[in-house]
Amino acid sequence: MKIHEYQGKEILRQFGVPTPRGSACFSVIDAVAAAQSLGGNAWVVKAQIHAGGRGKGGGVKVVRSLEEVRRAAQQILGMHLVTHQTGKDGQVVRRLLIEEGAVIAKEFYLGMVIDRSRQRVALLASSEGGMEIEEVAAHHPEKIHKLWIDPVEGLVATDAARVAKKIGIPDEAINEAVLILQGLYRAFVEKDAMLAEINPLVLTADNRVLALDAKFNFDSNALYRHPEVVAYRDLDEEDAAEIEASKFDLSYISLDGDIGCLVNGAGLAMATMDIIKLYGGSPANFLDVGGGASKEKVTEAFKLMLKNPNLKAILVNIFGGIMKCDVIAEGVVAAAREVHLAVPLVVRLEGTNVELGKKILAESGLPIISGSDMADAAQKVVVAAKENQ
Amino acid sequence: MSILVDKNTRVMTQGMTGKVGQFHTQNCIAYANGAACFVAGVTPNKGGQYFEGVPIYNSVLEAKRQTGATVSVIYVPPPYAAAAIDEAVEADLDLVICITEGIPVHDMLRTRYKMAGKRTLLIGPNCPGLITPDEIKIGIMPGHIHRKGRIGVVSRSGTLTYEAVGQLSALGLGQSSCVGIGGDPINGLKHLDVMKLFNDDPETDAVIMVGEIGGSDEEECARWIKDNMKKPVVGFIAGVTAPPGKRMGHAGAIISGGQGGADAKLAVMEECGIHITRNPAEMGRVMKKVLLGGK
Repeated sequence: MKIHEYQGKEILRQFGVPTPRGSACFSVIDAVAAAQSLGGNAWVVKAQIHAGGRGKGGGVKVVRSLEEVRRAAQQILGMHLVTHQTGKDGQVVRRLLIEEGAVIAKEFYLGMVIDRSRQRVALLASSEGGMEIEEVAAHHPEKIHKLWIDPVEGLVATDAARVAKKIGIPDEAINEAVLILQGLYRAFVEKDAMLAEINPLVLTADNRVLALDAKFNFDSNALYRHPEVVAYRDLDEEDAAEIEASKFDLSYISLDGDIGCLVNGAGLAMATMDIIKLYGGSPANFLDVGGGASKEKVTEAFKLMLKNPNLKAILVNIFGGIMKCDVIAEGVVAAAREVHLAVPLVVRLEGTNVELGKKILAESGLPIISGSDMADAAQKVVVAAKENQ
Repeated sequence: MSILVDKNTRVMTQGMTGKVGQFHTQNCIAYANGAACFVAGVTPNKGGQYFEGVPIYNSVLEAKRQTGATVSVIYVPPPYAAAAIDEAVEADLDLVICITEGIPVHDMLRTRYKMAGKRTLLIGPNCPGLITPDEIKIGIMPGHIHRKGRIGVVSRSGTLTYEAVGQLSALGLGQSSCVGIGGDPINGLKHLDVMKLFNDDPETDAVIMVGEIGGSDEEECARWIKDNMKKPVVGFIAGVTAPPGKRMGHAGAIISGGQGGADAKLAVMEECGIHITRNPAEMGRVMKKVLLGGK
């Protein structure tokens, strides 16, 4: 689960990581009032969306008068901010962060991830602040310093100091940097984060160290023990179909093709998308109905797929293990009737009670196209989708 | 022979009295030698009771001492599952299979840290379990699609494993053992660990390796195969069409920071001499062709 920058900074401050002073605003009037109450003569107006690359897309402006704050806020609020992470339609900006300006002497990168191979939390730090870490990794891998953290000892001060020195933090600011690194690590562990980034971390002209940005991604499996993180959820930033799917415990991801897929199991669901592509079609979604799909769940899954205006055909691919094919077949028939299905439907059933399942589909009187195996079903649905253009 | 488990393995079930645990315990007992294999259940505060004639104990250690079980399968709900693994490791079992899906990653980091230097092996979490056909089934896979034979199967996915097994069985190719290593980012045995076991198993002739996007386990396994594997390997990776940055159902199935894409994995696997297919409907046929080709 992702959160906004200003929420990330709230978390960082709780763990002793200093950030510029600022406040979140939802209107132009609020933005000007926030700048006024912050005082000073330079502010930063920052679009709050979940995607990165906001600066390049025109979502971050440095301004020097309240009139400029007003103009920047007016410009950014409501804009469709397009970045390399939003897709071509961009993301509507509904929230702003108004912050005091900082005089920057130097920028750094700090990141924290779960290293799957080493099974440790890894700290990534670099002197190349402000750049995307992937870019630095591609062109200057020697400028990324990694530290794998012992879960019992935590991030010890001497290790943190060594990393801070390596990326070029001056001696007089090392102690502050150590506290920031340790604070970031404690936030990462205590809040069950999967990813955290401070990019850039800056050294100011007066040798203070500040987090100028904050990015967090949390483990959705651990949200049950973090109601304070769940409270940060912003549904406006999420895909409507994916939100709807999560209500029914369906795992759904929107894609840009025209063939809907309903599958049991995540691996088989991905493989089904792949085989559609292999035969010249294009999947409209990833949809895993899970191991215990009821009739109701299958119906909801159909409704979800049908909300997509691009949908031209549906492929149901079920390998019934614990889930019986006859139960799925009944669900498919009931769902097709309830939603008055108007696009071609190809069904491939395999596994437990497969004959019974096929019989239910055949006797339903519905124009269901039967696939004998995964390849046959994929080929048939690709043809059906093309004919339905 | 087979790998990890056979008809003589004795198993305890942690979380046997929950709804999921009950259902799958019944199925496992009904499969092949299951009635002799499944000897104990563990549920705190329910010691002394029985389920399907299997005695329940309050702790893993007690179950081990009373029944001699050396393997455990876990159906405990996510908030308590990591602690259940810890208990099995503390009791010095040979093997723990954790079926539970949805364990927080940081819990698994701590559990894996505690397992360092211990002899207990872990399969999963978030996996279907493992089966040695006609001998023992430990987990949630449908037993009836399997045939006894000489092909090993290792996979990160559940139903996609069944798909591979179904194709093999339909072509008359039975399986020595099938291991689901699970779809979580932090897990126990990896493709590489299971591949080594199959390489050393005299009753396995060839292996199907099913991977998916996320992480680099498949690449690490492929590089080992290139230098060490004595048997042919057929490989498939799910998720060629998966968009980056999206979690595709499994917690570990995500392309992040430009890493873990399916095409890159397939390229490394092919380079290392694995017989890859990009068609998930062809896994069985590619295996048959490889075996007939004698390579």
